[in-house]
Amino acid sequence: MGGGDTDGRLVRLFALTGGRTRPSRADFTLITTVTAVDPPPTWATRPQPEYQRILRRCAEPIAVAELSALLDLPVSVVVIMLCDLLETGRITVRAPHPVSCKPDMDLLQKVRDGLGRI
Amino acid sequence: MAGSDAITRAAPDTVKILIAGGFGVGKTTMVGSVSEIAPLRTEESLTAAGLDVDDLDGIEEKTATTVALDFGRITISRGLILYLFGTPGQQRFWFMWNDLALGALGAVVLLDVRRPESSFAAIDFFERRGIPFVVGVNGFYGDHPYPPDEIRDALALPDHVKVLLCDARERESSRDVLIALIDQLIASAVQSNGTGRLTRPGR
Repeated sequence: MGGGDTDGRLVRLFALTGGRTRPSRADFTLITTVTAVDPPPTWATRPQPEYQRILRRCAEPIAVAELSALLDLPVSVVVIMLCDLLETGRITVRAPHPVSCKPDMDLLQKVRDGLGRI
Repeated sequence: MAGSDAITRAAPDTVKILIAGGFGVGKTTMVGSVSEIAPLRTEESLTAAGLDVDDLDGIEEKTATTVALDFGRITISRGLILYLFGTPGQQRFWFMWNDLALGALGAVVLLDVRRPESSFAAIDFFERRGIPFVVGVNGFYGDHPYPPDEIRDALALPDHVKVLLCDARERESSRDVLIALIDQLIASAVQSNGTGRLTRPGR
């Protein structure tokens, strides 16, 4: 029933995160944008291949969900790895637009206008 | 601080809208018809902890269930991107993916009049969480046997929730449903503001 494949993948994902199942920070959402810091900090060491894959993908700003889809990795795994990259100064992070009970008319009007153009 | 003098490209502001509804109702079709990219798929492993015992029927030997969702993107302007997330219709676990609904501008609940009950859970979810939504009645082959008001009555929806007839395969039709949602958000904001004037957000 494909059990071997599934088990293999789980082991691989577990290895990628060093056995961690939770991120060290909670500030990554699906539409948080991440961008590789370029050039990398002078103290930066050569990252593991999987981290390099992420850094290549976020040379231009990219949302966490897109990164996860393009790398074919679950969001939770990508987020744990992004925490590592953030902590070592390899990426910058932009939080999504905050949505609160008090609606942001300026934002809504921008979205309305933008949709009207497509 | 780390990388303070490094140059990074300005990241855009991001917002999201959820496209929800029962299995096979046309969520991914709608995402694909308005998105500027082919729908992408991402997934999350949700641990079984906290699920009702009944919900674990058939997956007793697994510690996690994988929930996949398709999403698309619309660039509103250089500095603002709208993401559309189609909630997975075949699993009952998507609501455990808390990040999915958190911070959404609102939702579109797609409805198939031949199987309206398949979208009840989504309507219920957004009502209980106070997340604004519109109902898009996806007419297969463009067929719409019932007028919107009749559907609103049948679903016992409040007056301010818009019910729209649409065809999720058509870009313009899907776009109009999204615009209706934004108009509904603007209308309720104006109402709660009381003045009818557009106000700039205080940041």
